Amino acid sequence: MEAVYEWARVLYQDTGINLTFIYDSYDRNRLIDGFLMTVWLSVICLGLSVAIGVVGAWAQGARSAILRRCVAGYIEFFRNTPPLVQLYFFYFALGSIMPTTTNRFGLPEPLLDNFAWAVISLSFFAGAFNVEIFRSGIEAVPESTKEAAEALGYTRLQTYLEIVLPLAFRVCLPSLNNNLVNLVKTTTLAYAIAVPEMLYQANQIWSDSVNVPEMMTFLLIAYVFLVGVLVWGMHRWERSMRLPGFGS
Amino acid sequence: MKRAPVFHGETDLPVLLPAARRLARRAERERLAGGPLPRLKARHGLWLLAILLLSAGVAQAQADAQVKESVITAIFKWMPVLLQGFIFNIAISFLAMVIGTAVGAVLGLMQISLLPPVRFGSWFVTQFFRNAPWLVLLFFCMFLLPFEFDLGFATIPFPDWVKATIGLALPVMANVSEIVRGAVQSLPSGQWEAAESLAFSRRQTLWEIILPQCVKRMLPPWMNLYAILTMATVLASIVGVSEMMTQTGRALAAENRPELLIPFYSFVLICFFAYCYPIAVWTRRLERRYQVKL
Repeated sequence: MEAVYEWARVLYQDTGINLTFIYDSYDRNRLIDGFLMTVWLSVICLGLSVAIGVVGAWAQGARSAILRRCVAGYIEFFRNTPPLVQLYFFYFALGSIMPTTTNRFGLPEPLLDNFAWAVISLSFFAGAFNVEIFRSGIEAVPESTKEAAEALGYTRLQTYLEIVLPLAFRVCLPSLNNNLVNLVKTTTLAYAIAVPEMLYQANQIWSDSVNVPEMMTFLLIAYVFLVGVLVWGMHRWERSMRLPGFGS
Repeated sequence: MKRAPVFHGETDLPVLLPAARRLARRAERERLAGGPLPRLKARHGLWLLAILLLSAGVAQAQADAQVKESVITAIFKWMPVLLQGFIFNIAISFLAMVIGTAVGAVLGLMQISLLPPVRFGSWFVTQFFRNAPWLVLLFFCMFLLPFEFDLGFATIPFPDWVKATIGLALPVMANVSEIVRGAVQSLPSGQWEAAESLAFSRRQTLWEIILPQCVKRMLPPWMNLYAILTMATVLASIVGVSEMMTQTGRALAAENRPELLIPFYSFVLICFFAYCYPIAVWTRRLERRYQVKL
């Protein structure tokens, strides 16, 4: 690693290309923290949004018309408004009426910090898409399969958990993966409320070292690489999980 | 026995008459409009209004006793500025869509070229810009494009909003490229073979047989992309273009009243919802109508 650091330093002296995030340990750590934050944010939002999707899809099949309407309203609202404005709305508007606690210095501290708000907002945004995805997957499970389960003495819940969901999951995996990729790209929005993810940290670095072109190029390549690897991996997973006889 | 004459939209069969009459009226209206009307009912508007009023009410309740003016008045006062910003958003989205579609269509056609370097090159460009987050591309264009281009005889100024438009057009371009490629590939290969057997050249096949059929398939995803782009135009506020979100921020800063936060942000949300929801509904309808007809 030392050789790489040294190479970056020499590169800067020779050509003026200032890759501070390689040779400067402080910047390097900041960027690594940012990267981990991006991953962490994506993972938490992924889990929550899938949970929202499952619950929402279940609620959409419920008997109560009010519940169905509410879920439909939630989906339409979150799908048709800009995620950035949702984020601002959650963080600035709802954040302003949340109760505050006092920290150990006796200063008022909001109950939910910007990271928590970013998680909530992005999860709801991605969850709105997941509900539709799961519902289409559940609808794709043939009625006869469910009847077969019923004939074998499964209860409704058992059928749902052990027969319908596993099949539906495999049917909707491609769409789910698309949504996941979109989610990873959407985590950059958390920059707007100063969550220290990769874009934010890169911004800090280029503000300190005035190496905007280098950082911008690196950032673009890093994100394309990250998402590219994700897309590639997901694609392979999809192929191995494909249900024979379903789709093309 | 002489039967009473049956008029259009009426029937002597035992049907649910009120519904039949209503449907006939709607069919009449839609025939006049030349297409399906978005089924936004008055209650949708009422819902939106209710949300706004509720949020305003909540805000009012938490406001101090000596409020200078009501929340509703404040919104009305700032509405022209905010709506101006919103029109700017829509203008940016139109422009980015035009540029992105034009370049993306070419890129998409390059993706089905028979020359491997062209095919691979355009595939790479498409994947690159599709995988990059919109915000990062926007930053990239904002910081790395010059503020003016010097052509020697004339200088073309590049204000912020032009740079933002280009930054937003890049991902649109990549997505359009994928839409074009997907549509062409979704056609059965029999179409190509039939055209070949009728001695159409490749260009003729593409222009006269394949692409006309593709337009139908491309329309719903293209409209979907437009809605996504419209929602992405708010990102321009992060890089300092004075569109709706920026104007809202300024209005809030000028007012400096925390109870205005919720109503103002709700107003922005509602504006975008009112613009994007009909597009989404229309897209869904088109999708259903154009569903697999092979």
